[in-house]
Amino acid sequence: MTAALTLPPDPRLEGTLSVLSPSGELLRPDLVPSDEILLKLYNGMRRARVFDDRAMVLQRQGKLGVYPCFGGMEATQVGAALALQDGDWVLPTYRGTALAMMRGMTLAQILLAWRGHPAGYQVDPKLHILPFYIPIANQIPHTAGIALAEKRRGTGLLAMSFIGDGGTSEGDFHVGVNFAGAFCAPAIFVIENNGWAISTPTSVQTAAKNLASRAEGYGMPGIRVDGNDVLAMYHVTREAAERARRGEGPTLIEAITYRILPHTSSDDPKRYRQETEADAWRGRDPGMRLRAYLESRGMWSEEQEQDVMKGMEAEIKAAMLEADQAAPIEPEALLEHIYAEPLAEMKDQLAEIRALEALK
Amino acid sequence: MTVAAERQAAQEQIKTMTMVAAVNDALRVALERDDKVMLFGEDVGMGGVFRASDNLQNLFGEERVFNTPLSEAGIMGLAVGLGIAGEKPIAELQFAGFIYPALEQINAQIGRYRQRTQGNFPLSMVVRAPYGGGIHSPEMHADSPEGLVAAVPGVKIVIPSTPYDAKGLLLAAVDDPDPVFFFESIKLYRSVKGEVPTGHYTVPLGKARIAREGDDCTVLCYGGMVEICEEAAVAAAAAGVNVEVVDLRSIVPLDFEAISESVKKTGRVVIVHEAARRMGFGAELSARIAEELIEYLHAPITRVTGWDAPYPPFTAAEHMYRPDAARVAAGIRKVLDY
Repeated sequence: MTAALTLPPDPRLEGTLSVLSPSGELLRPDLVPSDEILLKLYNGMRRARVFDDRAMVLQRQGKLGVYPCFGGMEATQVGAALALQDGDWVLPTYRGTALAMMRGMTLAQILLAWRGHPAGYQVDPKLHILPFYIPIANQIPHTAGIALAEKRRGTGLLAMSFIGDGGTSEGDFHVGVNFAGAFCAPAIFVIENNGWAISTPTSVQTAAKNLASRAEGYGMPGIRVDGNDVLAMYHVTREAAERARRGEGPTLIEAITYRILPHTSSDDPKRYRQETEADAWRGRDPGMRLRAYLESRGMWSEEQEQDVMKGMEAEIKAAMLEADQAAPIEPEALLEHIYAEPLAEMKDQLAEIRALEALK
Repeated sequence: MTVAAERQAAQEQIKTMTMVAAVNDALRVALERDDKVMLFGEDVGMGGVFRASDNLQNLFGEERVFNTPLSEAGIMGLAVGLGIAGEKPIAELQFAGFIYPALEQINAQIGRYRQRTQGNFPLSMVVRAPYGGGIHSPEMHADSPEGLVAAVPGVKIVIPSTPYDAKGLLLAAVDDPDPVFFFESIKLYRSVKGEVPTGHYTVPLGKARIAREGDDCTVLCYGGMVEICEEAAVAAAAAGVNVEVVDLRSIVPLDFEAISESVKKTGRVVIVHEAARRMGFGAELSARIAEELIEYLHAPITRVTGWDAPYPPFTAAEHMYRPDAARVAAGIRKVLDY
């Protein structure tokens, strides 16, 4: 905690909204949500972080495939997710595991998804969380389409998608945000600006001073927020959601955060950046920040902390057992769900796969 | 309206229509039948550059028939989002030659969405795109990208050649649970006319049509090439050669049964399309016939196609690029003389 107190301000955070300082001091008393929400936000972040830490270990043990970690960035996803209501749509990037947890994907499903098992893709469609988007920025025009559908139906629901700072350089980002603006669609676009697209810093992505300023060109508000401050994130997303539901159109939110961990379990960030930079951001840890505030109000104790940790470890263990029991992958999985009914040649190919598998 | 009543209405009113009028009529019927159907693209609200959506915005309002910002990737992505949310989008690409900025959405998303959601979010959507040459259009406006799209698993591709088929296949495409790309030959839009019922009817996807029967040689074609192949077949008949012209109507799904039946009967195959030869859809047809029917062939398969060059930007030269009846006739002679 003391390290955070002595942190110099990061120029990336200039002009962003913060509710809590990195050491957990209250900067904006007017923006503090209810105690119930405060605890939900903290629990959500803590659970997400425990999962992320554990997932990296499981990957090293060969029990998960390539895993895109998010540790240190959880405030952005947790704050945004809690600002939504049931039925709203969420379009995550591959780094959206915290979001998926918040929106009701089970831990077993998430583990199976990162094992590349079909069962991890069988998510209850009513949850309106779409699969982790691997290609960059493809989800942005989809968000415009879903939001337009909800607008037409007058449901008051919205669509929220996430993208990294690197993703904002893709054509689909510009196309999709522009469509949402042009159709005044109830959408929220969250840029998780974590400073790096693998080895490429944000300064190489764009000559723009910041990414939120692009919103003006698309005809919508652009909000810059301290993405490691879950209260700030919750607040701006709620405002954007209310605006969308009032029929006032989309919002672009740039959440300034930092990827202290590698890009994925396969990446080594030491090749391209100074660890001192990551260390400074460790001092802005979103969980530590809210915990310090909660403790200052007597709302959190070491005992409660241990309870969450232990509870989460047990949940993960149970989820692993469940994931291990997922049915082995049959040849059908390769050719199923391509079309509503398999094409004639696909039936022949399935027979071919079966015959080849039988020889093994 | 009940299905039976619709059928009756369809039988009651039959009009002679051009192909573009049949497409317009299909869109009208689709919009009328289902509130979820939406039609959009560049200039679609005003009827589109070929007038395929004429008067539809007047009939159904700007909520359901509308212009989008100018972006093919955006139009495809918007359709995906609407499809995910359970609407029935019909998106128009103004020209199929403008499809290239949208290929990522097509390959990475439209073709894969059903599988990556394990069937939870199938995309029932239609993409209409005028394609092909023969009308002296500017560069890029005459491309035939059906082979590029056919290389993407998860999508269907329909290419009609008559007004009756255009309407019936388009209405079947709208009902289809999978994403369907519907390529409309620009050349045929106003050059062919035919009788078309004004009500609702469908022509099933994946069933070829024998446009002309014959037992000396099979010509496989679709869309804008069908009338040219029929012309060549008429010329061949004058010389005593009976050519069977098979209009594939859809290339995914492919009616390989119909192809097989025809090839077994004639033993000779000419494949005709406007796209460049290398990796064109004819390559796939040729490979499958060679793999599965070689013992029935009396001559090597011949392809009559565009050349391995972009469709020429010089309209004065397009007659050398786009297959015509004389080139098809030469192909027929080649397989007969082998």
